[in-house]
Amino acid sequence: MTTTSTDRPPVPRPARLPSRGGGRRLRLGPLPLRYVAAKVGGAAVSLIAVMLTAFFLFKILPGDPVRAITHGIPTSPEQLAHLRHQFGLDKPLAAQFGDYAVRILHGDLGISYQYKTSVAGLIGEHLWPTIYLVGTATVLSAALGLRVGIRSAWRHGSTGDRVNTGVALALWSVPTFWLGLLFIIVFATGIGPIPGLFPTGGMSTPGTEGFVAVLVDHLRHLVLPCLTLVAVIYAQYVLTMRASLLDEMGSDYLTTARAKGLRDDDVRRRHAVPNALLPTVTVLFINIGRVVSGSILVETIFSWPGLGSLFYEALTVPDLPLLEGLFIVFSGAVILMNLLADLLYPVLDPRVRT
Amino acid sequence: MTERVPVLSAHDLRVSFPARHGHGVAHAVDRVNLDVYPGEIVALVGESGCGKTTLARTLLGLEKPGGGQVLHHGQPVRYTSRGLKAYRRDVQLVLQDPSGSLNPRHTVYEAVAEGLRIHGHTALGDFPDEQAKVADALARAGLRPAERFFLRYPHELSGGQRQRVVIAGALVLDPAILVADEPVASLDASVRGEILKLLLGLRDERGLSALVVTHDLGLAWNIADRVAVMYLGRIVETGPVEKILTAPEHPYTRALLSVLPESGLSEAGGAGPTILTGEAPDPTRIPTGCRFHPRCPVVASGRAAALDIEAACRGRDLPVLDGGGEAQVACHAVGSDAGAPDLRTTPTPRPGAGAAPRRRRR
Ligand SMILES: Nc1ncnc2c1ncn2[C@@H]1O[C@H](COP(=O)(O)OP(=O)(O)O)[C@@H](O)[C@H]1O
Ligand code: SF4
Ligand SMILES: [Mg+2]
Repeated sequence: MTTTSTDRPPVPRPARLPSRGGGRRLRLGPLPLRYVAAKVGGAAVSLIAVMLTAFFLFKILPGDPVRAITHGIPTSPEQLAHLRHQFGLDKPLAAQFGDYAVRILHGDLGISYQYKTSVAGLIGEHLWPTIYLVGTATVLSAALGLRVGIRSAWRHGSTGDRVNTGVALALWSVPTFWLGLLFIIVFATGIGPIPGLFPTGGMSTPGTEGFVAVLVDHLRHLVLPCLTLVAVIYAQYVLTMRASLLDEMGSDYLTTARAKGLRDDDVRRRHAVPNALLPTVTVLFINIGRVVSGSILVETIFSWPGLGSLFYEALTVPDLPLLEGLFIVFSGAVILMNLLADLLYPVLDPRVRT
Repeated sequence: MTERVPVLSAHDLRVSFPARHGHGVAHAVDRVNLDVYPGEIVALVGESGCGKTTLARTLLGLEKPGGGQVLHHGQPVRYTSRGLKAYRRDVQLVLQDPSGSLNPRHTVYEAVAEGLRIHGHTALGDFPDEQAKVADALARAGLRPAERFFLRYPHELSGGQRQRVVIAGALVLDPAILVADEPVASLDASVRGEILKLLLGLRDERGLSALVVTHDLGLAWNIADRVAVMYLGRIVETGPVEKILTAPEHPYTRALLSVLPESGLSEAGGAGPTILTGEAPDPTRIPTGCRFHPRCPVVASGRAAALDIEAACRGRDLPVLDGGGEAQVACHAVGSDAGAPDLRTTPTPRPGAGAAPRRRRR
């Protein structure tokens, strides 16, 4: 132990001195390399699994593409063999998958049946509206949900808590399309004395001009789909935050802080919430990945020109290359967000760092 | 000397909770008087569940008493946020499990400096800045050189070091008294002695008082000047540590002591250790008369009947002991038992009043 070293020479003061008032500062060290390597490796394995699934689901199961292409056209067996060779279909399955994986990693997702353009290009075009919608909805529902979750937990058992939890659970269990249609009927079509306040769909009204007018038009289009999406994902934030704060609330360090004279509000702000946020942040990131695919319904209902609408259209054709590309993008988003959450965790929690 | 004012006292203190299981009220603390004088270490001893933690929490103002008062230097504690804040600067807490009582995301420096930040620059005393004060507190708690610990996180320290950080966090405010709830129970046996030595050193050098809560009479023997034995929400025997540990009178204290091998009580009584039987005490259903009577070996062995006190044990309430220094016992058998003198009327000198620190036995 260190009790015996009473008369050592003074030790030089550490380089980064804790400053007054910097109670919530974090000491950020480099992430341990092995941890990062393990997480990135895990994500890579998941991605390969996704590609394997896509390969079998879209390349092997639908049958012989050469027969599909030549359907109705008289072809000789030699011609068929030639075509198969051209497509690489005469190679063993493993080699075919290898070619496929290399192609995908180069961003070549094939040509859409329906649009006759590259799938990657189509996805690129529709990516931003989705990110825009999902991003706005996530920020709003997280800001609201975390706040409400914290209040609920701190006064757990109170009427406020029960109301909050009840509302969250109700929103959680309402079907998305039902809620979306309800919003359209009430706020877009107009019902009784209520006029139609918002547009029923799309992202903008063609022909609008002027910066302010375009912006306002844009926001009016955003309101209903965003509100629907917020309602769908809000509950997760409330309930996760509430549960992890409740977990934290029995902790002795809160008693210690209180016994030192810290006000209840500060005990919550400085001690309980930062620690309870850790698990919530992870859930938040994992959710963003899921919400991207979860926005399919909302985008379809509100004709929002994002990946969700694209997916819906591809389904009705069915446009197999496009579906395949979207499948990979949606799964990739979940994997990426999981990876980010894993990498963020040690930055936030010193215990994981060493 | 008798005019000394206790740093901290419980005066007829009562705390009750709605019962955790089923209906009723749990009288966790049921009329307790307890004084801690300056420079004195008092051990509060009793089985788990007897209300020690509740009493400690109430003394710290973390629980509001249902009745009675907490007195600080003779003044009732005010339960306003300002009153409590001032009070909490002077009365500090050390909890059992140092891993839990430190915020895992705060460095040692932040943990120790927190008290100073709460109470503002007046808490610095003669020190030029926060950093010097934190370093001093860490050094006093035995973490030297203090600067080396500043940026460490709790998970990087040993259990003993963590408890020292907790103690430093308390010392930094220069309190008059520490309330320590089982301060070494979750530490390795090898570091327990060091932490106890630290508390004794603080008392001897700085006159720091302490109320040490423990279920372990052996620990009380090593550290306390005075012992209060608690059973089911009430103090049943209190007095100087030598008296309680060498000549215990309450059957409950005797039972607790008889299981300590070094107590000598088991051989002297010739009956071996007294194992307490009967139901674990339930604060929602406190027995009438003497609250210990369902488990009391004196009653069970028929000696109470022989002494003609059994009816009293079962039905007649015992006086509430007062919190001062003289030895007192709440038992009908004491005084009526031919063998034992009635210590409630025997004056005993108060411990340690200005005298040289008591010698330690190991
Ligand atoms: N917050 C509470 N709510 C209900 N009952 C409690 C609460 N705190 C303590 N008790 C009860 O009070 C009694 C005394 O508990 P405690 O003070 O923790 O005892 P000890 O510290 O001696 O083990 C126990 O029976 C316990 O169940
Ligand atoms: S009063 Fe009676 S029951 Fe209570 S401890 Fe004394 S002898 Fe036992
Ligand atoms: Mg306890």
